[in-house]
Amino acid sequence: MEKYKVVVIGSGPAGLAAALESFKNLDDKKVLIIERDKFLGGILNQCIHPGFGLHYFKEELTGPEYAHRFIEQVIESQIEYLTETHVIDITPEKEIVAVNKKGLKRIKADSIVLAMGCRERTRGAIITPGTRPAGIFTAGQAQRFINIEGYRIGKKAIIVGSGDIGLIMARRLTLEGIEVKAVVEIMPYSTGLRRNIVQCLDDFGIPLLLSHKLVKIHGRYRVEGVTIAKVDFKLKEIPSTERFIECDTVLFSVGLIPENELSKKAGIVLDMRTGGPVVDNTFSTSQKGIFACGNVLHVHDLVDNVTLEAQTAGRYAAMYSQYPELFENNIYINIVAKEGIKYVVPQKLNKTFVQPFVLRFRVDNFYKDAVVTISNAGKVLIKIKKSILTPGEMESIEISQKILSQLDFSNDIVVSLQNI
Amino acid sequence: MSRIYDVAVIGAGVVGMSILRELTRYRLKVCCLERMEDVAEGASKANSGIVHAGYDPIEGTKKARFNVEGNNIFADVCNELDVEYKMIGSLVVAFDDHEINVLEELLQRGKRNGVKGLEIKGQEWVFANEPNLSRNIKAALFAPYSGITNPYKLTIALFENAIQNGADVIFDFEVCKIEKDGNYFVVHSADGRFVKSRLLINCAGVHADEISKMAGSKLFKIYPRRGQYYILDKPEKMPVARVIFQVPTEKGKGILVTPTVDGNVLVGPNSEYIDSKDDTATTQEGLDEVFEKARRVMPSLSKRDVITIFSGIRATPDTHDFIIEEDENIKNFINVAGIESPGLTSSVAIGRYIAELVSDKLNAKINLNFNPYREDIKRFSELSDGEREKMIKLYPSFGNIVCRCELVSEYEIVEAIRRGARTIDSVKRRTRAGMGRCQGGFCLPRVMDILSRELKIDKTHITKFGKNSYILTEKRWED
Repeated sequence: MEKYKVVVIGSGPAGLAAALESFKNLDDKKVLIIERDKFLGGILNQCIHPGFGLHYFKEELTGPEYAHRFIEQVIESQIEYLTETHVIDITPEKEIVAVNKKGLKRIKADSIVLAMGCRERTRGAIITPGTRPAGIFTAGQAQRFINIEGYRIGKKAIIVGSGDIGLIMARRLTLEGIEVKAVVEIMPYSTGLRRNIVQCLDDFGIPLLLSHKLVKIHGRYRVEGVTIAKVDFKLKEIPSTERFIECDTVLFSVGLIPENELSKKAGIVLDMRTGGPVVDNTFSTSQKGIFACGNVLHVHDLVDNVTLEAQTAGRYAAMYSQYPELFENNIYINIVAKEGIKYVVPQKLNKTFVQPFVLRFRVDNFYKDAVVTISNAGKVLIKIKKSILTPGEMESIEISQKILSQLDFSNDIVVSLQNI
Repeated sequence: MSRIYDVAVIGAGVVGMSILRELTRYRLKVCCLERMEDVAEGASKANSGIVHAGYDPIEGTKKARFNVEGNNIFADVCNELDVEYKMIGSLVVAFDDHEINVLEELLQRGKRNGVKGLEIKGQEWVFANEPNLSRNIKAALFAPYSGITNPYKLTIALFENAIQNGADVIFDFEVCKIEKDGNYFVVHSADGRFVKSRLLINCAGVHADEISKMAGSKLFKIYPRRGQYYILDKPEKMPVARVIFQVPTEKGKGILVTPTVDGNVLVGPNSEYIDSKDDTATTQEGLDEVFEKARRVMPSLSKRDVITIFSGIRATPDTHDFIIEEDENIKNFINVAGIESPGLTSSVAIGRYIAELVSDKLNAKINLNFNPYREDIKRFSELSDGEREKMIKLYPSFGNIVCRCELVSEYEIVEAIRRGARTIDSVKRRTRAGMGRCQGGFCLPRVMDILSRELKIDKTHITKFGKNSYILTEKRWED
């Protein structure tokens, strides 16, 4: 069986950054990346629009450019990697079974970084009635067909979901000569960035229909149209507001789900709210020596944050592979999401590693003029005023050494939100 | 290809394919005419996949006879054809005294139909054996010989075995006219092709009444009755061990919750008469009805686990029984129509019955070369690591995983294409690529690559399921 200090599963932005950071921190530089696709870079390869790297590189890059910077470093450092290789099993003992055209590989890792990313929610997952003709795509499928393979996927399209991916695809389809009839959003607000609404919809005259739902897909062989309707504040369809829109393509961009089937096989405890593993501030999962970062942990909106998070995970994975004893008998403080907060990551603070870290979270609704507080033992440690908070935007708060020094370690850390 | 046959079967559903395969036991030149691009494109791809025990149909009916006969030989047929069949048993659950009376009726009817092993079980037994069912259930009829199978995989297996034994299946052949030329039927398709046959069997499912009319045969009517379903993601632990039915009504056997042979949970169907025979749309009302009624039986059912929804259409005849007979006025024209539930269970028995009838009529000799065995595609997901290693040594593409949710290898997809898959859906039904939780989000472009390469066609010519179901509309640039 082949042995590695750190094995990283997945070579998207999380996997690449974790592998590089592990590599830097190891004496015995045995790091392996396993990627199921033909190329390193993950889904960034098909995100040819700009807007990546503004925070990390202070410049605007496309997805492939952003990935390329890390891929170059991986190749320069001579980190080993396998492409077109599929991990089919991970055991709690950190044995990995992977398969490719050459055969079945068994690999023993001192530590593992999970960076498998996420998958898209589908038309079926959101239970959309109607027929099942051709012409129904997820945003990711459309992106691959259009950006990588050079095909047109239809003539007239409806986009369901107005998060950043939906908005960006509205512009992309338009540039490819596909008429986007509307972007349909069930919520009364878009979860996409303001600049994307302006640059991707307004600039092209594409209507954004808020508080609208796709209620039916029509067409026997290829999509022939959709029926949409207005919804009330309970997201229930308002009778007699139905409207038929003729189109031959429906593109669903209705959310992402962390892909944790392998994590389950390894016996890792998952957080129902994030869909990813429960981790501490070292990004260690409930299985010792298995770390997680990127969209497999929780769905991010900025790749820059994925990179930062993955670097931390990679660093601790390297530490675990060299000094596993540091991770024995650890004691944790829970970090708890209360009123208004949908989830927090990490969910625990490891008392052995009381070092500054970034707390990331999402709110559970749209809020105007609110205060986010972080408290401990009834004492407010951090209080941050926010004029707008939306579930679509991930928030981060730095937990500094100063804050950590004030902690009462026998009590939970509580994150909550109050209206002003 | 010669266009003159001894027997032509119209419709490549599970009944048509079962008849076709059974006919190849004789030295007959046989074919099947199918309007779509693959077998199992109608009711056979969209039903509950239940092998019924036989307590539902009224005694003396064809339904009762072929159900019980079909159930008795189902395991053997699946064994020959390498199709999954699990005799997991079924429960019909009753919530009150009135419903318990119905269970008693079903028990007596089942006994008269010759169904073995039926028993009414009390609450305690039900909860001990099916702990996730509602505590409001008072009793249940247990049928140990009920089972589950995969209806389209059975149809595909019957098709492959019929082909192996010399039958022809002509796809994209939409029958539009039937004439008589001496001793032959001349069957025309909409695109100008035609086939001559001495004997004609009508297995056109929901369109069987139209075919019958074209042949000048007896007038009966088929009413399309739609049923909607949910498929849930493969659970870590199956919430039910058996097929769970509710007490039947005049509208049918009602909404069930069952494991599938592939490890998913299936919930449905409701029942509604619809206007169009091809209207396989799901509706909000229908889906809501199904979910509400299913939760009555299993309260823990969650919409979060849904991976897809679909509907199927039952071919309900106005005769209230299967129509399986030669037309008294048109010699050698046989209607096999109105095969609604328990049609899947009955299909294998109907096939045998019709083949015997036909061989007698045509004085056919036994085909001594008939081979009843068909082997399924070797599946990565079903092998041990050792077996996988051996397969990859022989076929490196077995190590290339294309569908990550269902662990389907490139080898399996190529093999499906070699066996006749031409469309995305036909690859999906043969391999499960695209049937997992991501519903092809990841593998659709990859399956298209393989179809394009193997069939030597551009990707713009690949369809989801034939006709105009194109996935891509235009190539923008060359690689």
